Amino acid sequence: MSLGLFFALTGAALAAATSGLGSARGVGIAGQAAAGSCTDNPDLFSKVLILQLLPGTQGIYGLLIAFICLSQIGLLGGGADPNMSLSTGLLYLAACVPVIIVEPISAINQGKTSVASIAMVTKKQETFGKSMIFPAMVETYAILALLISILAIFGVSAMA
Amino acid sequence: MAEQYIYAVARVRSRELSLLNESVIAQLCAASGEEECLRILSEKGWGNPDLPSEEMFREEEKKTWAFIRELVPDNMQIFDVFRLEDDYHNLKAAVKEACIDGDHPGIFAEGGTLDPEMLKRALAESDYEALPKDMREVAREAKETLLQTRDGQLCDAVIDRAALEAVRIAGEASGVPLLRDYGELICATGDIKTAVRSAKCGKERQFLMKALAPCSSLDVELLADAASSGTEAVMAYLDHTVYADAADELKKSLAAFERWCDNRMIETIRPEIHNPFGIGPVAAYILARENEIKTVRIILAAKRNDMPEDVLRERVRSMYV
Repeated sequence: MSLGLFFALTGAALAAATSGLGSARGVGIAGQAAAGSCTDNPDLFSKVLILQLLPGTQGIYGLLIAFICLSQIGLLGGGADPNMSLSTGLLYLAACVPVIIVEPISAINQGKTSVASIAMVTKKQETFGKSMIFPAMVETYAILALLISILAIFGVSAMA
Repeated sequence: MAEQYIYAVARVRSRELSLLNESVIAQLCAASGEEECLRILSEKGWGNPDLPSEEMFREEEKKTWAFIRELVPDNMQIFDVFRLEDDYHNLKAAVKEACIDGDHPGIFAEGGTLDPEMLKRALAESDYEALPKDMREVAREAKETLLQTRDGQLCDAVIDRAALEAVRIAGEASGVPLLRDYGELICATGDIKTAVRSAKCGKERQFLMKALAPCSSLDVELLADAASSGTEAVMAYLDHTVYADAADELKKSLAAFERWCDNRMIETIRPEIHNPFGIGPVAAYILARENEIKTVRIILAAKRNDMPEDVLRERVRSMYV
């Protein structure tokens, strides 16, 4: 078994792990605020639930990158090359780096922004539409990182 | 740390919706009498019109603390800073009861952190070890002062100074910026009140140095110098401090100054209304409720005494929401 495959697998695993951790934290933070908001006003449940779920997308992006990476290195279909070169493995790992770093940070920050938006909706229910925009802006950077990782993985795959 | 209170802050945000705002206060001021005020308050969830108003205020205070206990059951001691004044008031009462024969029901406040019975017993038996460490020396000094000089004012000054110092120290020790600012403001405004009253009574510098509590926004030595020279000198000194606005209010009356102090407190806590993290918004809610109760008490007293609406409006406090 070559070190190349190990590094490629590490990239996929870290993409899923760090994004999942970030999303868990972000959704957790927003969930506390959502619960607090609903305690005195249960009518807000559907609105604050959407705001709570926003930081959950980063975990999905991480999972997506992990799937693509595993599929490109052949670990999903059973056609993995046990002699993958070290440089190819490192390139796969490098391709996953944007997701590994950006997704957890954006998930946590999006969770915090969701907390502020939940406070906004609690005070004025009619601001729900506007309150969605603020945490959604944080999503932009998660999507950019996802795009770069996808392009990079397919690029490495074409080279290999 | 700040994320520890997210649930609490979200619940506070919900409760802030039921705080009395400026328009409700205007409605109360314009009400035809106390009965109408009680009816409006009842619609806002305050007591009921059949309840005596003092009972209603007690109930509202209890409601606030029950809510806060529910939110932060493991960290209630952080809010002791708001209850220390009641502790020192009770200490004052216990010292006087120990030095004056007889039982005097109703002189103890309910909101403190210490059991009034424990204070009574400790002072009656001069068992200062039973008191919290920070209170022992001041309790001993106050009781000895009262027994030796029979000067109740000096005894009060000793305890009031200790109370102000305790609030400031507790605020600083909390590590919460809002509570630190609260402690500093309470201490500084307490010193200003003492200085003005002492100046009016012609008290000497020696008394002032015993009565004024040190704080970072005022130089107590300069304030004591000014107060021993007269009220004009106090106002001249305040003009050079961050409390320059207070001097204008003091020129009007002590009641105007009290109002300024309460409004300044509301200005200090107002940024917390937009803060979704930390203990600050919870602390601000407690102060907002206290301010609300105080304002309603002023309005009801004014209505009971047929005070004209325009005079009443000058006395009501700014609201948090």
